[in-house]
Amino acid sequence: MANHADIKMMTPLTKVFIGIFGFGCVLIIYRLLFGLGAVTNLNDLWPWGLWISFDVLGGVAMAAGGFLIAGTVYILNWKKYKVIVRPAILNAFFGYALAATSITLDIGRPFVIWHPIVMWQINSIMFIVAIHVVLYTSTLATESSPMFFEKFGMQKAYRFVNKIMVPIVIFGVLLSVLHQSSLGAVFLITPSKLSPLWYSSNLPTWFLVSAIMLGLNMVSFETIISSRAFKHKAPKEVLFGLARGSLIVTGVYLAAKIYDVVRLGAIGLAFNGSFTSNMYLLEMVVGVILPIALLSQKPVRTNIDRIFVVNILVMLGVVLNRLNVGMFGLADYISKTGIDYFPSFFEFAVTAAMVAAAVLGFKICAKYLNLFPETGH
Amino acid sequence: MSLNRRDFLKSVAAASGGLLLSKATPSAATMSKELPPEAVGILYDATLCIGCKSCMVNCKVENSKPGGALYTKGMQEPTYEYTNERIWDAPPDLSGKTLNIIKVYMNGNGEVKDRPENGYSFLKQHCLHCISPACASVCPVGALVKDPVNGIVHYNADRCIGCRYCMIGCPFRIPRFEWNSAWPEIRKCQLCRHRMQEGKYAACCEFCPTGASIFGKVVDLRKEAQRRLELKEGSESDFPLQTVDSTNKRTRKVSQYVKHVYGLNEAGGTQYLLLSGVPFDLLGFSPKVTDAHLPDLTWAYIAKIPAVIVGVIVVGTATWAITSRREQNKKDKRE
Repeated sequence: MANHADIKMMTPLTKVFIGIFGFGCVLIIYRLLFGLGAVTNLNDLWPWGLWISFDVLGGVAMAAGGFLIAGTVYILNWKKYKVIVRPAILNAFFGYALAATSITLDIGRPFVIWHPIVMWQINSIMFIVAIHVVLYTSTLATESSPMFFEKFGMQKAYRFVNKIMVPIVIFGVLLSVLHQSSLGAVFLITPSKLSPLWYSSNLPTWFLVSAIMLGLNMVSFETIISSRAFKHKAPKEVLFGLARGSLIVTGVYLAAKIYDVVRLGAIGLAFNGSFTSNMYLLEMVVGVILPIALLSQKPVRTNIDRIFVVNILVMLGVVLNRLNVGMFGLADYISKTGIDYFPSFFEFAVTAAMVAAAVLGFKICAKYLNLFPETGH
Repeated sequence: MSLNRRDFLKSVAAASGGLLLSKATPSAATMSKELPPEAVGILYDATLCIGCKSCMVNCKVENSKPGGALYTKGMQEPTYEYTNERIWDAPPDLSGKTLNIIKVYMNGNGEVKDRPENGYSFLKQHCLHCISPACASVCPVGALVKDPVNGIVHYNADRCIGCRYCMIGCPFRIPRFEWNSAWPEIRKCQLCRHRMQEGKYAACCEFCPTGASIFGKVVDLRKEAQRRLELKEGSESDFPLQTVDSTNKRTRKVSQYVKHVYGLNEAGGTQYLLLSGVPFDLLGFSPKVTDAHLPDLTWAYIAKIPAVIVGVIVVGTATWAITSRREQNKKDKRE
């Protein structure tokens, strides 16, 4: 069963990804031997950078599709989406693996990353985040496990996991709701640092809603890509459904964000032409306003190529949001000291290696597992 | 929904069916908003400071001894940050090697001390030992802890994972990191806690020749700060040296003060108090730092978690029950 001969493993692109991954591994060893200062441009005034903002905040948000589709299929019983439930969950698993690996490299003392599990400090959002990463990564692994049991003919285990799937999915939804929002809550402690364009007591909610936006679009993006790369037919109705869902969530998000910024009296800051205000506008236009404008037209949300474009816009916009909250939104505060931060080449290279590893892992699973059960793959 | 911390622990344990039950330290209970009973601190009076940096040097010397906040096993000499010639310890800012720094504010021709215009002032920057320390509240492993008795915010490297959330949380940018170490620590002033165990007090105060930094109980320091603000500019007064209750005093003309004790209420109050002739935002204190206790901001979120746990489980299960019955009915009809 399931060794898809038509999925070629050693394509030129795959070789490039292996190269990127290999280079990243060398840098990782270097970082472990010589410390963060040897590889990153981080400094005392910019303690968090690309790895936290993109890999961790972004990676987790990109994984939101997993709990959304799992919940839709197993809790709402919308069977239409069953064709994408396996890739969506696997995708989420790789998103979390990306985040978990990156945070392990980003913390100063990677070998004691397990400390939060035994040294509880319940006032700390970081503690809550750490527990969620552990629990949810295990949950995603469990949700993905039927594919492996199937592959290796472990009938008993397969039936057992399928039997307990509904409670596991509910648990996964719970963890995701808490985890996505708690990543926003990480920044509640920074009222004097983060620009009022992003700082709000509602930050946890905005992180959750924007993660849902990103999750829906990521699943759609990944479904379209897979259908092309692995040459099967894209499930049209599913993609149209995701686009409708995306339109609704993005609309709610836009209204709520505008309300919040006006409520906080920060709307003027959005148009003062500064770097921070431009980053805010870019994020909102690319990730929210343009997608709404496009998706509200029926010819767009019923055309796979156009949906694909919207997917990319939303992904860019939400990732930019995470970069803004994690890095650029602090610029006004920190740059007064004259010390700036821009990620080093090595930071980009390690991030690229993480993404490459996730893509390669996904591809291997697509080749050897029954990832797209209803498409003949 | 508001919960106190004890209720929170209980309800989390109940809601998650014992999953999160453990022998967890209820460290939350130690997050007090009150000044600890024996709280000690420092009063820094910029109008008395002559910028000699004696405090900086002696801070390094004393903290590079075993037990000190800069000490690492096998270190050869204090953590000096040399200029090229290996002559001066010249750190540009707080760092993993510098816990205490004298900075200077200068404006215009910089002629008159303690004046915002055409004047200058010194500033001594180090940990303020907040009454509700954001750094301790955000630390996922309790590596930063506020002593319940003397209120010193101190650090336990054996717990630290190096996540640097303390650096993000601190409104005063105090905690620093050893960027070039493979096994780094967070470094910050720990108020010479190791010296207090020997009956001594903060080195920066002991070695301050002018009484600009004085050590003492926070309640006494607050009184002393208030007394100084009530003095008439230009009149003469006695200023204690080294400690607030010292009999060793220095008589001196009173300078102009900004009528504010920094640290009395900022970020919920701190155990390091400052007086200055120049407004504090000009000295680098962000005017965006309010009097609010920062840990409250995250607690507002954490307190809602039990409700979310119960809510998602109940709504999720109910939804599943309804939708799967509907599915079943559909199937039955077909058959």
